[in-house]
Amino acid sequence: MRLVEKHSLSLRIVHWLNVPFLCLMIWSGILIYWANDEYPGFFPDWFYSAFHINNRLAEGMAVHFAVGWLFALNGFVYLLWFFISGHWRELLPTTSTFRYAWPTVMHDLGLHPVAPPQGKFNAMQRLVYTSVIVLCVLGVLSGFAIYKPVQLGWLTACFGGYRAARFMHFLVMISLSGIVVLHVLQVVRAGWNNFRAMIAGFEVDDE
Amino acid sequence: MSEGRRRTLLSFSVFALGAGILFAAWCWWTAPGGGEEGDIPPRLRQVLEWNSRLWASPPSHRLSVLKPEPPAGKIPRTNGDLGLKNVVDVNLWRLEVYSDDSADARHLQLSLAELRALPRTTFSTEFRCVEGWSEDMSFAGIKFTDFMKAYGLQSKKYVALVSVDGEYYVSIDMESMEHEQTLLAYEMNGKPLLHQNGAPLRLVIPIKYGIKNLKQIGKIYFSDTRPPDYWAEQGYDWFAGL
Repeated sequence: MRLVEKHSLSLRIVHWLNVPFLCLMIWSGILIYWANDEYPGFFPDWFYSAFHINNRLAEGMAVHFAVGWLFALNGFVYLLWFFISGHWRELLPTTSTFRYAWPTVMHDLGLHPVAPPQGKFNAMQRLVYTSVIVLCVLGVLSGFAIYKPVQLGWLTACFGGYRAARFMHFLVMISLSGIVVLHVLQVVRAGWNNFRAMIAGFEVDDE
Repeated sequence: MSEGRRRTLLSFSVFALGAGILFAAWCWWTAPGGGEEGDIPPRLRQVLEWNSRLWASPPSHRLSVLKPEPPAGKIPRTNGDLGLKNVVDVNLWRLEVYSDDSADARHLQLSLAELRALPRTTFSTEFRCVEGWSEDMSFAGIKFTDFMKAYGLQSKKYVALVSVDGEYYVSIDMESMEHEQTLLAYEMNGKPLLHQNGAPLRLVIPIKYGIKNLKQIGKIYFSDTRPPDYWAEQGYDWFAGL
């Protein structure tokens, strides 16, 4: 039994800071969205009443425009570290990622006995974690585009206007929420050794 | 104790401590205050004020994006009837203007005909509500700077506008009032204002959210101290700039 270093301290700090920041952004964002919930098929009334969403637009805006800075700053620090530390080599998709993506899903579902070869992250992790980075960047940019459509009118124009940027911002939120649910399920499935590594940094290698 | 157990215990303790500190920070940050400014916690409100200062610096030359004119007579979307208790008779209505908030302020009483005689400005742009919706609308009216020039009104730090029934009141920074798209508007979508849109005269300030675009103006005054603002008292950002 020996300890294998897995996640660096910097990664663990930004990861765990991101948890409350992202949760607060999604929660306060839904407080705002409630006021004009025009996209069909989302959030039935029981959802709003179960989570006490109703009539909290002002509060939602105040929290969103304050915590947004922390969320963006934490993401910016992560991106700096991502490139400087070389972490991107472990995470960004490579050519084999696309080849192994589907076999990885099949393996995880128990439909294929052999796991495809992988480094620190498997093919689906590379794809999904990279999507999270892209989604967060899009979320921050589309957020600024609807926050300041006059001062940052050029940014709003890049998204195809105010309404398109607002829709993009909503799509990012839905996608991130879905990924968070999958992520938590996968962490539960992977077990203690994997989870401990995200807090303590190391994994125990039994061989 | 093995190396693994020692490190696990240490890391999880630090993690719990960090989570506790963050939670305490959140409680401190969102602790309720005197309740003077709606139900927004005062320390959160300070961030909104800081945001305002950050974004207030370069607004004068940035325009709210110009849009194609909507079909004439299209009924503009409305939201609420705050400040619209009275249906006013245009012939009796007068705009009350005070040059400042002191007792010996200059006082003007202006009819809609007098105001309509001032230089007319028109444009179409997107009108945005705090709720999230937006709509392209066209406006016609008097640029606020033209209005000030016409009556020799001097700049103060703030301009306050109050509805005829007195129930809706906003205060706005002078820089935003001097923006070239800030109008005292008497037409929307090519037609004289409808009652529900604030007839006979409303504020149009597309560089701010709809909550600042006061309907059915009864009184305007200039002030160096920030006058009260209805929606800020309800917990919304006072600056509300876009």
